[in-house]
Amino acid sequence: MLDDRDRIFRNLYGLGDWGLEGARKRGSWDGTKAILDKGRDAIVNEVKASGLRGRGGAGFPTGVKWSFMPKTVGDRPHYLVVNADESEPGTCKDREIMRHDPHLLVEGCLIAGRAMDCRAGYIYVRGEFIRERERLQAAIDQAYEAKLLGKNNVHGYDFDLYVHHGAGAYICGEEMALLESLEGKKGQPRLKPPFPANMGLYGCPTTVNNVESIAVVPDIMRRGAAWFAGIGRQNNTGTKLFCISGHVERPCTVEDAMGVPLRELIETHCGGVRGGWDNLLAVIPGGSSMPLIPAGSAGCDDLLMDFDGCAKHKSALGTAAVIVMDKSTDIIRAMARISYFYKHESCGQCTPCREGMGWMWRVLTRMAEGRAQKREIDMLFDVTKQIEGHTICAFGDGAAWPVQGLLRHFRPEIERRIDEYTRKADVDAVRVAAE
Amino acid sequence: MSVRRVAPPELQPKEFSFTAENADWAKKQIAKYPPGRQQSAIIPLLWRAQEQNGGWLPEAAIRHVADILEMAHIRALEVATFYTMFLLEPCGKKAHVQVCGTTPCMLRGAHDLIEVCKRRIHEEPHHISADGNFSWEEVECLGACVNAPMVLIWNDTYEDLTPASFEKVLDGFANGQPVKPGPQIDRQFGAPVGGPTTLKTVKA
Repeated sequence: MLDDRDRIFRNLYGLGDWGLEGARKRGSWDGTKAILDKGRDAIVNEVKASGLRGRGGAGFPTGVKWSFMPKTVGDRPHYLVVNADESEPGTCKDREIMRHDPHLLVEGCLIAGRAMDCRAGYIYVRGEFIRERERLQAAIDQAYEAKLLGKNNVHGYDFDLYVHHGAGAYICGEEMALLESLEGKKGQPRLKPPFPANMGLYGCPTTVNNVESIAVVPDIMRRGAAWFAGIGRQNNTGTKLFCISGHVERPCTVEDAMGVPLRELIETHCGGVRGGWDNLLAVIPGGSSMPLIPAGSAGCDDLLMDFDGCAKHKSALGTAAVIVMDKSTDIIRAMARISYFYKHESCGQCTPCREGMGWMWRVLTRMAEGRAQKREIDMLFDVTKQIEGHTICAFGDGAAWPVQGLLRHFRPEIERRIDEYTRKADVDAVRVAAE
Repeated sequence: MSVRRVAPPELQPKEFSFTAENADWAKKQIAKYPPGRQQSAIIPLLWRAQEQNGGWLPEAAIRHVADILEMAHIRALEVATFYTMFLLEPCGKKAHVQVCGTTPCMLRGAHDLIEVCKRRIHEEPHHISADGNFSWEEVECLGACVNAPMVLIWNDTYEDLTPASFEKVLDGFANGQPVKPGPQIDRQFGAPVGGPTTLKTVKA
């Protein structure tokens, strides 16, 4: 287990003071000026060397992303946008950062802003996080008051930070949709290219980062890239917030090292799977968009919780939101509910997604009852393949993958249910005839 | 996608304008964005309008906000119908209950909470209870999955619910003494029940 000394989120559970005083005691805002004075290249190189990969789901190296921004500021200002539209089912890590340790994020924004020559940053908080956004705003107000942010601040680098919010659209967690929403429009993703580093917010160079990616930057800069890179495995470095929900004894959010075995994660922090490890049916390792991984020796038993570990099982770490399902779960119904989520949240821009989501949900709902034909299983798989990769944003992929995961691992269960339904239908038919 | 339309004319108030305090607040919001980009402030302004109007957003408010931001009315209407937190029809006076029904909450019994809503409030979502005080809807993931199942009422979340503790939450709103928000069991926010397994050597 990760040593307490290596933890970045030292007030994860809100036991200490969230404010500036408490944050300073935990080490925030210490020597920030010296970090900023290193200059942009030094900061970007340090983050690159740390191996930090984006914590929002895709796992793109953060330092590399920052290096895509134009080297000099032209007549268009640069913007930093922080994606706090945390809506991936199963994920509730950014919430803890914003309400219990907001200064990690605020300081991270300043450093990230310096690394990309941004003079303004926007934090886009999901609409439902009302208290979290109030807390974050309060932290920013404290920082302004203490002259840590704003014009003529003590760090000698002018930077303004604003909190913006959404109003309940999952799709606004997609970076291009987020920018559209921030510009005051419907959150429908834009086509890439041009990428945001070229044409982002208001047509200016912009980088969009996840809350957790930004919040770990101050610690990386203070303790050094080597420290961060020394945790976890190669290519999967650092610490990570895991949110374990579903059928465990004690669901929780916890920070642990990347690459921690799933079983250790669940048994150390959550008191194990409800009814014991053998009662496990499947887990979704990284938020609802990722394919599930079944229990057993070919699945969860040797699963390491990092990008490569999950990829080995044809899934992905995503946001590290582990949804645990025990053997009492109606797995088809659970996945049908995820399909309903995607049907509800599709922005409606691309036809395969808009029409396909409802179609998948309806078919899965029937399959949950067994009211389907076996050939429809292949048809469903075919439809997921026609959605995947044929839409403007990755929403289509994220909705197709969980269904593919279900079909890959639980096809016999679907067939069993169809058989059962057919058998019962025969019995009913006979009864009707007899009466 | 869901089809969302503004409420029928008989429910719409004739006029809407921000109170002086809110108009002042709106100006400060607009100042967050570069000159000429005032449209960016539309979601915060519509949200404030909804709060001022008792929890739902009438058409007059959408027009009012569009006028403040110098936008075409249709662009503001697009935003209001796209984002599902804008309630386009009247809701309960004392509480509009948003029950999270997505898989992580479903696994831990969100269905039982919905049954309570159906019994106590109305058989159908988005319908107001007979006394006019309550309404409910099933919403998608509210981002408190380790504290499932949970509901959002106005600005606060009520987490780790059982049908019994959920009834207590509703009772609290009914008699004007809401219970404390957050986990409804003995638990420190997102920490495991029984106390954190980490951060034991860190002084808070």
